[in-house]
Amino acid sequence: MARITLDTLRHAYGPRPAAREDWALQSVDIEWRDGGAYALLGPSGCGKTTLLNIISGLLRPTEGRVLFDGQEVTRLPPDRRNIAQVFQFPVIYDTMTVQQNLEFPLRNRGVPEDQIAARVAEIAAMLELEDMADRRAAGLTADQKQKISLGRGLVRSDVAAILFDEPLTVIDPHLKWKLRSKLKELHARVQATMIYVTHDQTEALTFADEVVVMSAGEIVQVGTPDQLFERPLHTFVGHFIGSPGMNLMPATPAEGGAHIEGTETAIRTANRPSGNGAYELGVRPEFVTFAQDGVPVEIQRVADAGRFRVIETRLGAQTVRMLAPEGTEIPADPRLAFDPARTFLYRDGWLAGERP
Amino acid sequence: MTAKTVNQRGWWFVLPVLLLVAFNALVPLMTVVNYSVQETFGNNQFFWSGVRWYEEVLTSERFHAALGRQLMFTAIILAIEIPLGVAIALCMPKKGIWVPVCLILMALPLLIPWNVVGAMWNILALPDIGLLGYMLNSNGVPYNFTQDPVDAWITIVAMDVWHWTSLVVLLAYAGLSSIPDAFYQAAKIDGASRWAVFKYIELPKMKRVLTIAVLLRFMDSFMIYTEISVLTGGGPGNATTFLSIDLVKIALGQFDLGPAAAMSLIYFLITLLVSWLFYTLMTRGEE
Repeated sequence: MARITLDTLRHAYGPRPAAREDWALQSVDIEWRDGGAYALLGPSGCGKTTLLNIISGLLRPTEGRVLFDGQEVTRLPPDRRNIAQVFQFPVIYDTMTVQQNLEFPLRNRGVPEDQIAARVAEIAAMLELEDMADRRAAGLTADQKQKISLGRGLVRSDVAAILFDEPLTVIDPHLKWKLRSKLKELHARVQATMIYVTHDQTEALTFADEVVVMSAGEIVQVGTPDQLFERPLHTFVGHFIGSPGMNLMPATPAEGGAHIEGTETAIRTANRPSGNGAYELGVRPEFVTFAQDGVPVEIQRVADAGRFRVIETRLGAQTVRMLAPEGTEIPADPRLAFDPARTFLYRDGWLAGERP
Repeated sequence: MTAKTVNQRGWWFVLPVLLLVAFNALVPLMTVVNYSVQETFGNNQFFWSGVRWYEEVLTSERFHAALGRQLMFTAIILAIEIPLGVAIALCMPKKGIWVPVCLILMALPLLIPWNVVGAMWNILALPDIGLLGYMLNSNGVPYNFTQDPVDAWITIVAMDVWHWTSLVVLLAYAGLSSIPDAFYQAAKIDGASRWAVFKYIELPKMKRVLTIAVLLRFMDSFMIYTEISVLTGGGPGNATTFLSIDLVKIALGQFDLGPAAAMSLIYFLITLLVSWLFYTLMTRGEE
């Protein structure tokens, strides 16, 4: 069990990083609570895997420190960190049986035979692998192989944290859900810190208690799924999480809110402007409604998405999407209202007032 | 249902290939089969002789000796080239500018015409003026591949290892490059030793390419002719007279077409049989 602290971590793959783009990780400070279930969410190339490999010790950070329970481990190799990692593609030892695969990490550490047998039996039962223990691992399906990869991490009794690097990528859709529930169940049982890297928001939001959103080598927000949804700290979070993502429109701050091009009155926002910069107004489609005293728009397109209708409207030069319940009538003179408590001002990408 | 139009025009499309195969494989092979069951005294006159030549070849001491030398040679070079090739491939860099440099260096011996390889080694090993031969002799190591059978064998094996290990290296390297990083990373986390990584990850992943490497090296070394012919000509005595060298001596030196043809076919069947054995053994137990 361990609390994992990352202290001003920076990483660059090339030598002599100078420009901002040279850094795969800009500067990361975060503390992962002992026993927490975290998701690390972000698009491909945002530095998620780099961060994960630094925690497991496969990469040594260019700058900064990694601490497990306050002990510095930055320079320790992976096998001395008590970390288990599950990779995107299942890693199994082809020539071994399932049983031998699970025994492998323990044998390498010189654990006594009777302990190996007991531990492997326990983990095989937990992962429902007992009936295939004597089969060659090479012939199994992708989801079974991925369970073995996970099992090799779990058999070690000293595992402090389990890292998942997009573990469901090669799993059939109908099995993804099953394996994900299994992971949640495991988390409840083994109580290890779990960090789950993914670019799929559904995976992240269903797996984790807390989601860490990354973009371009930086952590942009850490929060529960609700927090990310209701109060995105960065336009990236607003855009990346939610389907469809947050509406973002260039705006000029005004008394009590902001003007967007084409509106006569200011739109009220939950936060206030702070200093100079490029402002944007952001509101999620869920918090846009038709109202008689709203801003006039043109309807562009209506798409039925099951229990909801996604209505695309035009406000001046901007496109505003709204999510309305099934069967919502479209008024003859459509006007939109934005929920003031859920409408935010962003300055240079960040929620105004949150960052200098 | 409409009746299908049946005609034989499709055969015209197959004809060029049939002709090609006929001329480059079937006709020559059948000619050899013809020779192997006939006797001739010249004047283009042939007499039926049944399986006499086959019996003669199979019971001849000379054939047994050549076959023995051939098998011994192939066994030695396989035992050296395969492990050496794998070892070199493991030492090669995985990325960076040295990768193309290494690959080109490795490919060089493969690009040299075979008779040139023989000639190069002949000159290199000449006891009086060759760089290698002269150096050995002047350092008190008696060496003369034209007179001493052991020296001749050492030279031939060294030449083949120099010439062909690269092929194994390139194949093994291709196999190694196809292993995703995650396997090495997982092994690190599992605490695997370098030897365990080789045994449980690298070797199994290289198995397919190594099967091909063993097959190619078996067939090529079993049929080796050019380099040996240039380097030792089968000598000293008959010390390096392998099947192919012996065959040429019988067919073109003594003009014994019948026995030479029978020997060719036996040679061909042995190569085919051993290749099949290798392949079956190495791919056994695969799904």
